[in-house]
Amino acid sequence: MDSPILRSGTRFLVPLMLLFSLFLLVRGHNEPGGGFVGGLVAATAIALVLLSEGLGEARRLLRVDPLALVAAGLLVALASGIPPLLRGWPYMTGLWLKVPLPVVGKVGSPVIFDVGVYLVVLGIVLAILFALAEEEP
Amino acid sequence: MLTPVLILFMACALAPLVHRATGRRAGVFLALVPGLLFAHFARLLEPVASGQAYGESLEWLPGLGIRLAFRLDGLSLLFALLVTGIGALVLVYGGGYLKGDPRLPRFYSAMLFFMAAMLGLVLADDAIALFVFWELTSVSSYLLIGFDHEQEKARKAALQALFVTGAGGLALLAGLLLLGEVAGTLQLSALGAQSGAIQAHALYFPALLLVLLGAFTKSAQFPFHFWLPGAMAAPSPVSAYLHSATMVKAGIYLLARLNPALGGTDAWHYLVILAGTATLVTGAVLAYGQTDLKRLLAFTTLSALGTLTVLVGISTELSARAAMVFLLVHALYKAALFLGVGAIDHEAGTRDVRLLGGLARAMPLTAFAVVASALSMAGLPPFFGFVAKELFYEAKQEAPRAGDLLVVASFVGSSLVAAAAGLVAWRPFFGRDRGTTKHAHEAPPALWLGPVLLAGLGVALGLLPDLLAVPLVQPAASAMRGEHTDVVLRPWAGMSPAFVQSLLMLALGGVLYAAHDRALLRLEPLRRLAAWGPDRAYQGLMAGIVALAKTQTRVLQNGVLGWYLLVTIGTTVALGGYALATRVRPVPIGLEPVTLGEAAVALAMVAGAVAVVRAQSLLVAVAALGVVGYGVAVVFLLFGGPDLALTQFAIETLSVLLFVLVLRRLPRLRVLSPRSERIRDGVMAGAGGVFVAALVLAATAAPHPTPLRDYFGAASLALANGRNVVNVILVDFRGFDTLGEITVLAVAALGVVALLRLRASAGGRGEAL
Repeated sequence: MDSPILRSGTRFLVPLMLLFSLFLLVRGHNEPGGGFVGGLVAATAIALVLLSEGLGEARRLLRVDPLALVAAGLLVALASGIPPLLRGWPYMTGLWLKVPLPVVGKVGSPVIFDVGVYLVVLGIVLAILFALAEEEP
Repeated sequence: MLTPVLILFMACALAPLVHRATGRRAGVFLALVPGLLFAHFARLLEPVASGQAYGESLEWLPGLGIRLAFRLDGLSLLFALLVTGIGALVLVYGGGYLKGDPRLPRFYSAMLFFMAAMLGLVLADDAIALFVFWELTSVSSYLLIGFDHEQEKARKAALQALFVTGAGGLALLAGLLLLGEVAGTLQLSALGAQSGAIQAHALYFPALLLVLLGAFTKSAQFPFHFWLPGAMAAPSPVSAYLHSATMVKAGIYLLARLNPALGGTDAWHYLVILAGTATLVTGAVLAYGQTDLKRLLAFTTLSALGTLTVLVGISTELSARAAMVFLLVHALYKAALFLGVGAIDHEAGTRDVRLLGGLARAMPLTAFAVVASALSMAGLPPFFGFVAKELFYEAKQEAPRAGDLLVVASFVGSSLVAAAAGLVAWRPFFGRDRGTTKHAHEAPPALWLGPVLLAGLGVALGLLPDLLAVPLVQPAASAMRGEHTDVVLRPWAGMSPAFVQSLLMLALGGVLYAAHDRALLRLEPLRRLAAWGPDRAYQGLMAGIVALAKTQTRVLQNGVLGWYLLVTIGTTVALGGYALATRVRPVPIGLEPVTLGEAAVALAMVAGAVAVVRAQSLLVAVAALGVVGYGVAVVFLLFGGPDLALTQFAIETLSVLLFVLVLRRLPRLRVLSPRSERIRDGVMAGAGGVFVAALVLAATAAPHPTPLRDYFGAASLALANGRNVVNVILVDFRGFDTLGEITVLAVAALGVVALLRLRASAGGRGEAL
């Protein structure tokens, strides 16, 4: 879609949206947000690029294959539950750092799990969108 | 006891790496694993013979009383030795047999996988653990039988074996659970002590029937015998392993294992002895009618399995002894024969008995192994098979039921098997060299080592049975009986009635052997009759299932998207509506006053819905649908669900973007369906709306609010360090569910992408996969 308005709007919006998606992800444990919504917002940002600049630019911005993101996300989510096993606790028992980190707040394995969800959602949406865009005549 | 099983599973995982590192010698290196385990088990022979049993038990599913329990007694030890010993030889053999084949790493892995499952099966002391290993042997044998997966025949045979043994496995699970219910324990070694209570219980017969169904399908007993010959599509080393000492013996093992608990009743005697007798005769008759050496061996295996089943069914002291001796001898000679025939096939290029001849000079070592094993199979002295056959003849006199039938059937059966053994022993090696396609010469060491060792062992055991066989057989027979059982074996028991029978049997076998060529012609009608056997029933059942699936797909998924919606919504409304109408008592609904904002949102949504239905262009329809979606999000916001609202907004936005990508490719909106269909669809849509509204009202008006809300509200921050209850539930309390959901999502996305690319490449546009 060749539209100067959309293009210049996108240029301002995309960084903000990506930042906002990370904000949602990190804050999700205490305030409205979370990995799922964060992933959707990030996907929307990339989708905007896809619409205004085309598939090539969107792929360049993402750098990796969206399906690789899906795989990485699943791996992160799966792995986030392993550390408690080493202590003899059930899989996916929440482990938390005692000291909160600046900006991010308290960090624990459920937050890492949420990062996995974020990646999976982002990857899935973009994989489907890219495949649809590829099919365009 | 867990360690050996784990070691084999690890070897299975590492096999491809070992193959890459050691190349052609990988078979020998990998064989070291079961070989060393064999040595380990052999060292336990003496303590076990003196009555000791080794146990090990780990918590598995404590809530269900299921333990990962293992126990090594005489019976387990005999099987463990066969599994690891023959397993090691077969790995060496496989490395030579499939030399240079790119699928060799897969062969090693599948073989070790099967070995681990089989070893776990014979060591398990918990009914559920046994069942899990039982199913693992089915799965791994599926991979092994279908090894030549590019051939349709192999795929079909593998699937058939999986279906038959898998169905039997389900029956076995039900039977074991019933048994556990009756006995109050799932521990196999504790069942024997309860035999009185078990056999007096009303559930005894159903449990017995289900367990037997499992054992009979696995051990290819009549009428489930038909999958075994098909399984010969596997490469020779696989057949040698699965059909001599392992897979098909699992059923026999189970019967022997449960004999103390279930055996000795009339039902047991009748069912087990009759099934065994039928298998014995069927296998022998069909074996005699073969010209392909491998199929011939497969049918003699059936006959042997029938014999074993009969012996277990008789369940006297003598028959237990005979069963264990026969089990050992059959494992030795049958593995050697399969491997030897594989070597003949490998070197001469054919397995057809009519085309082979005069190979003895070219392949002396293979000839020794095959001839010695075949004579053992025929039951000729001084081979170990003779000892086993004598015991069998003695034991069958003790059959409490169907004795006369058994005497005749076993006499005829073993004569036919003896004739078949003659075919295997004589035809390929002696007589005229018929000039096979390949110029035959002795097989490489990897191919003759196993058969020669096994055949040599058969000779040694036959000459000195008391010295060599008793330490193996006596503990096994004792374990099978659940009490100490003395075993005395002699190379020759003197001029007993059994010996006379043996002589008569061999004479008849000789006559049958001489008449084989003529008999083949006579057997033709019989073979046509056999085509109408249970295999036909299986094929019919499979065809029926496929036809049913096709019909229901045609009806429910006819390719029209509107119809899919109709089916989905209709089913939901019908089932949910029924439950709502019958289960939920009407309660007065207290409607609160509606604010202006809420009313405005509701009106906008209604207007949006109307606009969707009336829209003349797709773009308008999408926009109007967006109004409805955003309206829902606003409602979430108004009623205190910021998380839901946020997600709903994001989803709506993305949906619009998706539509934009798809829109250009869709045709213009046109009315294609007749008026009647549109009315039907409208009614269904209305019903769906009414149903959901009623469901929401019923849910919110439920008299007792669930305690979950309060619990999560209180526990969220205290237990999971988060104030956002929705998110905490998603990533912590129900994190495991979420893990499953994102996995499903990922799989679905893969499917969508694959379909889209498939379309693109089929249409000649875009890139192919």
